[in-house]
Amino acid sequence: MQKVFARPATLLETGFHFCPGCHHGIVHRLLCEMLERYNLQEKAVGVPGVGCGVFLYDYIAIDVCEAPHGRATAVATGIKRVQPDHFVFTYQGDGDLGAIGTAEVIHAANRGENFTVIFVNNSVYGMTGGQMAPTTLLGQYTTTSPAGRDSRNDGYPLHLAEMLAPLEGVAFAARVSLHTPAHVKKARRALQRAFETQLEKRGFSFMEFVSACPTNWHLTTLQSVEHIEQKMLSVFPLGIYKNTAAATVRKEGEPADALL
Amino acid sequence: MEKRKLMRGSIALAEGAITAGCRYYFGYPITPQNEISEHLSARLPEVGGVFIQAESEIASINMVLGAASCGARAMTSSSGPGISLMQEGLSYLAGSELPALVVNITRIGPGLGGISACQGDYWQATRGGGHGDYRLIVLAPNSVQEMHDLAIKALHLADQYRNPAMILADAILGQMMEPVNLDPPPVEIPAKPWALTGARGRKPQLVKSLYLADGEMEKHNWHMYEKYQRLQEAEVMVEMDLEEHMDLLLVSFGSCSRMVNSAVALARSRGYRVGHIRPVTLFPFPGDAIREVSRCVGKVLTVEMNTGQMWDDVRLSVYPGCQCRLLARPGGAIPSPKQILEEIEKYIKAGDLLAKSVR
Repeated sequence: MQKVFARPATLLETGFHFCPGCHHGIVHRLLCEMLERYNLQEKAVGVPGVGCGVFLYDYIAIDVCEAPHGRATAVATGIKRVQPDHFVFTYQGDGDLGAIGTAEVIHAANRGENFTVIFVNNSVYGMTGGQMAPTTLLGQYTTTSPAGRDSRNDGYPLHLAEMLAPLEGVAFAARVSLHTPAHVKKARRALQRAFETQLEKRGFSFMEFVSACPTNWHLTTLQSVEHIEQKMLSVFPLGIYKNTAAATVRKEGEPADALL
Repeated sequence: MEKRKLMRGSIALAEGAITAGCRYYFGYPITPQNEISEHLSARLPEVGGVFIQAESEIASINMVLGAASCGARAMTSSSGPGISLMQEGLSYLAGSELPALVVNITRIGPGLGGISACQGDYWQATRGGGHGDYRLIVLAPNSVQEMHDLAIKALHLADQYRNPAMILADAILGQMMEPVNLDPPPVEIPAKPWALTGARGRKPQLVKSLYLADGEMEKHNWHMYEKYQRLQEAEVMVEMDLEEHMDLLLVSFGSCSRMVNSAVALARSRGYRVGHIRPVTLFPFPGDAIREVSRCVGKVLTVEMNTGQMWDDVRLSVYPGCQCRLLARPGGAIPSPKQILEEIEKYIKAGDLLAKSVR
């Protein structure tokens, strides 16, 4: 009998600390699949920011450098400039990348730093207990927007993939989701493109994963899947926003998901 | 043969860093230290290094952190306000036990302050500066030669103790020109088996400062404390210019010590028996030397270009019962040798009436 599906060896055999229904585990698995696909386990350095993803080193068997909150792309810049032939990626949440680390990610992208940013967007601060994030939807209840996010006070959800894609240093930018098996397959393909972008030294690659945080959304796992489908995807459209390899730069009015 | 060259302090420091094998510089413009980054932006590519002008000092120090995590000798430089922004990164560097060189060509503070020479960053530099229980290795040059030599020394100490090291200088030392002996010592960069070079032929490695398990963080803090104790025992650098039967001991550091040197010469020409201790390492502080010397003097005058920051350490160090006075010129003012001489005379003539420490 042939084994067709197994745990990637790079994904350590230990229980995740993630809550039930959280999508971080899927992102971890996809990363390990790609590290193994391109045989990068021995030349990869991961840079988790501060948030639920910080424990990356407990789950993925590669070298890891913990970054201060928001600074992962600056830390990765230092690592990649010293070791340009290593595979370097950051792993950041929406608070880490979209709020406190916005300056760092924009300038790393603009310099065309040849590493990959893994951005997990679950529209809420997970690790600190459910505060409003820059990507929190309008009307979404959080512990610091108890009456729902109000644009008059809190501004609007920040669209990182769309913001970064137009920068000349960005070679690849995509937003994917993980709420159905079909979406996971699309996400895997997009992540593969991001890995190839770095391996071909084409510049900055950006992967935004729309993800569930049932605990801080106060929803069940299944309700969270529905929440993504019904509420999040209209605010955060999925798609490849830039891919210099395929010379596919999204045109005005063209749906991004046509390229996924 | 000795290579002797007339150089600006900032350039001498930059060349010292290159001599020590530093190939990575990340920085953000700020006066009065731009000469360092300008020089390295041209020089590092020549020696196969990398120069990046970062978007902020916050980014700079974190790029240094990344480069250091791979085992490279890396540095940044800035001045007061920029160094304040780097405190987060310095705390992480110390907590993660990463070596790095950070140069503070200080300016006047607080706030935007001013750009002339001042020593108001002594507390920030010697107390750690960022959050948590840590110290920086702090070296305070007082000449262009030392700007060069201590940059090399700082990079060595940082590697040896796996702790960030700071050069604390100021606009005078950064800008002034003096002859420098550039005869370089052989550079030996120690092996760094902990570096993140990829998990090839070994287990994956981790650079971090997060320790959540019960007791882990206390253990880590005691481990770092033990390291700072070893620094205190082995790495104190101090310059002492003493006489027999001194009436007064002066203590000063950095550019200010040059004015004190002149004042000491003037005082001696007038028959006063004075000595001068100049801490070269501000952390570890030469407290033992000050205690030992002050025991036979009884009167100590600290001269500083701030409101009296090193004075804290001097008062903690002197032999019990010693009188401690302070001549302080904050805000960019520089004490002249004449002013220092007047203070020396006044203090010596005050006899024993002055029982307590006064400013």
